[in-house]
Parts: sequence; C-alpha cells; structure tokens
Amino acid sequence: MKNNSNQSLAIPHFSLSAMPAILGWMRRLGQYTVLASIALLFIGPFLWLLSTALKSGSENIFQYPPDLIPDEPTLSNFARVFEAVPFLTYFFNSALVAALAVSCNLLFCSLAAYPLARLKFAGKNALFLLLISTMMLPFQLLMIPLYTIAVNLGLNNSYLGLIVPHACTAFGVFLMRQAFLTIPKQLEESAYIEGLNHWQIWWHIMLPLVKPTLATLAVFTFIGVWGDFLWPLIIMDEQAKFTLPLGVNKLAGTFGKDWRLVAAGAILSIIPTLIVFVFTQRYFISGALKNAVKG
Amino acid sequence: MLPRLTPYLFLSPALFIIGTFVFLPMLAALLISLSDYNMIETPRWLGLAQYQRLFQDPFFWNALGNSLLYLLIVVPILSIAPIFLAVLVNKKIPGIAFFRSLYYLPVVTSLIVTGLMWKWVYEENGVLNFILQSLHLINTPIAWLADPSLSLFAVMAVTVWTGMGFYMVIYLAGLQSIPKSLYEAAELQNISRLKQTLFITIPMLRPYIALVAVISSIAAMKIFEEIYVITGGGPLSQTETLVFFIYENAFIEFDMGYASAAGIVLFCVTFILSILNLLLTRETTNEK
Repeated sequence: MKNNSNQSLAIPHFSLSAMPAILGWMRRLGQYTVLASIALLFIGPFLWLLSTALKSGSENIFQYPPDLIPDEPTLSNFARVFEAVPFLTYFFNSALVAALAVSCNLLFCSLAAYPLARLKFAGKNALFLLLISTMMLPFQLLMIPLYTIAVNLGLNNSYLGLIVPHACTAFGVFLMRQAFLTIPKQLEESAYIEGLNHWQIWWHIMLPLVKPTLATLAVFTFIGVWGDFLWPLIIMDEQAKFTLPLGVNKLAGTFGKDWRLVAAGAILSIIPTLIVFVFTQRYFISGALKNAVKG
Repeated sequence: MLPRLTPYLFLSPALFIIGTFVFLPMLAALLISLSDYNMIETPRWLGLAQYQRLFQDPFFWNALGNSLLYLLIVVPILSIAPIFLAVLVNKKIPGIAFFRSLYYLPVVTSLIVTGLMWKWVYEENGVLNFILQSLHLINTPIAWLADPSLSLFAVMAVTVWTGMGFYMVIYLAGLQSIPKSLYEAAELQNISRLKQTLFITIPMLRPYIALVAVISSIAAMKIFEEIYVITGGGPLSQTETLVFFIYENAFIEFDMGYASAAGIVLFCVTFILSILNLLLTRETTNEK
C-alpha cells in the first residue's frame, strides 16, 4: 500500500517533465503510421505483383481467398520469361533506343536553347513561340500522319523511327533555355573577349554550368522513352525490334492466364527505371517543379 | 562561318526535327482529316462530309462522352487529394524523402506495367475483392472489369493512383510559396491542423489548383495505355475513350482520314485547355 502510494506520487512527478517528450514521440509515431499506411496504397499493387511472380507452379494463383505470401518462393518464373520470349533482345532494344533518344534530346535541345537564351538575332521571339506552341499539339493526332511519313521514309521497324518523337522536344528546349537564362552575362562576355567563338562558349562554358538541368532532362527523357507504348505499338511489328513495353504486352497477350510469368516479366522490365529513379530522385522533384510552371 | 548565321545554325537541328515530325504532320493531319485515306489507295477528297459522318457516329459520341466523363471525375479528385498528400510530406522529419519517393513511384512506372498490375489486382478472385471482403465493405467478389457499369470507374481509379504523386510534387512547390507567418498566427489562436489546411493552405494554393486542374484535364483527354491494357475498350465499348477510338480507326481499320477527324476534335478540346493553362501559368508566375 505504502509502496503504491509512493508510486502514484512519483508518476505525476516523473511524467510532468517527460510529458512533452512522450507526447512528441507519440505524435511522431502517429505521423509515421499515417505515412506508412498511405505508402501501402501506392506500393501494395507492386508487392502483389512481386508475390505472384515468386509463386511456384504448384500453387494455384487463382484460389480464393488469395494467398498473399508465396508458399514456396521461387525465382524460376523470372528464368521462364527469357525462355518464353526473347526478353534480352527487348531489353537491348529498349536500352539502345533510350540511349539514342536521351543523347539526341540533350544535344539538340541545348543547342537550340543557347541562342534563344543568350544571343540577339532576327526572328528570335517568333521562333521561340513557334517551338513552344508545338507543346499544344497532341501526339495522339500527329501519330497518324507521322506513321505515314515514317513508312514513306522507311522508318517503320527501325530504331531511328522509334526515337523520332523524343529526338528533340519543345519541353526540352524550354527547360534548357530557362537554365541558360540564369547564367550571368559577364561569363560569356569575357570568354568572347578572350577569342572563344559561340560554339566554344556553348561547349566549354555554358554546358558545364547547366549540368543539373541536363540531368533533369535526361531522366525525364529516359523515363518517357522507357515506358513509351503507343508509338512503338504503331510502328513496330517485327518482334526482333520490340522494346520492353511491347514485349511485356506480347507476354501478356500470349500467356494471358499465366500471371506468374506475366508478373515476372513486368517486374524485370521496370527494374532499370527503379534503379534510375533511386539514384536521381532529386532531379525528378526539381524537374517536375519546372514542368509545372511551364504547364 | 558567318557569325550572323550562328544562331540559326544552333537552332537548325531542332527546327528540322520539329518541322518534319511535328509541323508537317500537323498540316498533314488537317488535310487527311478531310480525305478518305487508307494508306493503300490514293486519298480521295471528302471535305467536311468527313466531319458530318463523324458527328453522326454513335461510337464517336460514346468515346467523346466517356473521355469527358473521365475528365469530370478524375480531375476534381486529382486537383484536391494531392494537396493533403503534399501537406503530409511537407514536414521536416527523418525519412520523409523516402515516403515522398514511394508516393512518386507510380509516376515513373511504365503504364503498361501499371495497367497489367491493376488488371491482376482487379481479378475477380483477386486481392482487391479479398481486402474489401476482409474489411466487410462488400459481401461478394465484384467483377470490376467485366461489369459495364463499373469498368470505366475501375480504370479511372488507376489514373488517379498514377497521378497522385506527380501532382503532389507540384503542390509541394506551391506550399513553399505560402508565408510561414500565416500558420504561426493560426497556431497562436489554437486553430487545428485540419482547419489550417482547409482555410489557409487550400485558398493560398488556388493558382496551383487551377494549374493542376488544367494539366490533369489535358492528360485525362489523352488516356490510352490504361484502357488498352486493362479493358481493351470493353465491355460493350463502355471504356472506349477518344484516343482509343482514334487508335482503332487509324491502326486497326486503317480509316486514317476518319481517325484524323476525331484527332482534330481531340486537338480542339486540348487546345482550349492549353490556352487556359497559359493564362493560368501567367497568373501563377506573376503572383510569385
């Protein structure tokens, strides 16, 4: 009894000083609980796909209620993907097309953006508006004549044809121009006095200063090209030239009921995106912000 | 090399590419939309009769109607819900960047994978029905994709899921523009966090909300991949949207002229939305 009363006296004494800390700690716990439950909404479908991809052939994936965790997890479905379809070829095609598209877009956009941001010449504003106005034209309309042009130029079923819509984007020109605009004028003036021409200034002075924006444009182009589906669907019908989205679509079309295999292929196809995303997140956030202001 | 020519040389690759693969196709699209063209026979001039046929086609109205319904439902959700998400991750607590990335993950995932993933989630014996039944929200499994009255809404949910992270980041930018003093004043008067969000954050974000509404409207008009993978336009054309209609007519039926006419309608709708966007962007930038 005496002990108890001592304790009850001690508790308010103890908690008075610890109250704010405990409250803060509990609020923190509450915040993380909310954050994690919402995160589950966003990654839940990925986890379910992964669980399906890891299920062995002896497990019935259509049973109800479904088994959330595989009974005997196996990687065999991932191996089967490479036997079912030429997945390595798709992978190579996607990587090649992404590399080509990213290089072209960075080069041509930063070339075009330099005079638009830094030089005086006749028709500058008109040309800028003309380029920017193309952002309003929906690709879903242009794809019809683009297809006939591509066929006439022999660009269907070619890598070159695939990168055409990504080779130089108005968004890229706009983004690079904004970056060049922030560089102080004195830098290029002194370089000009030292005898560098505009090409040298562009290459040696301007480009190194806009590396973060180049990186932003690169990751955006990469993600766009890697996931591009409609245009490849239209101009590619040779399986040897398929990119990953077409390949995954083909996998789903041919082995529709074998969701273990489809899930494994789908996961394999997004691994490069995930890796790029993990290492370049900060560019995504800043890039999305610029994209927003541009509209 | 003439220095006077230099600016144009810098611009020439961009002008060549955008000229050949954007401007030329745009003009061609207008002409094709007025012709009967199947890529094999020489085009035959139809003029506005093409559009007459289009406007009498119930399938076109169905597709346009579905696209507009899509817009009307998806846009309000995507304009408001990400604000709460942005407020939630706009805290300086350890690990918050990790949660931001998780919420952004669907944005960088290829739509084909997203579509397949959700098709599998929506499976009648699938995980969504299981969860809803475990929570006693439904009694029997629902055929989300086979039920004509539900399928379009099921695909809309995927679009919302994909877009949340993207618009969250835009609102994060918007939150930086709100003066801290407003919240400090509210804090002094013991106004709750929820009320602060409703009566300070949302009104102050108004220009950003307008921007997101327009961007997401344009995106909603261009929905294709989700439909193609998840429902293929069915059941009973219930999920056939405008771009799906264009795709089918152009590349399945090879009725290029007819598809282009529908494409011009798409252009008109997105053009009006783009002009709105431009005006709103100007307003946002001026207010900064």
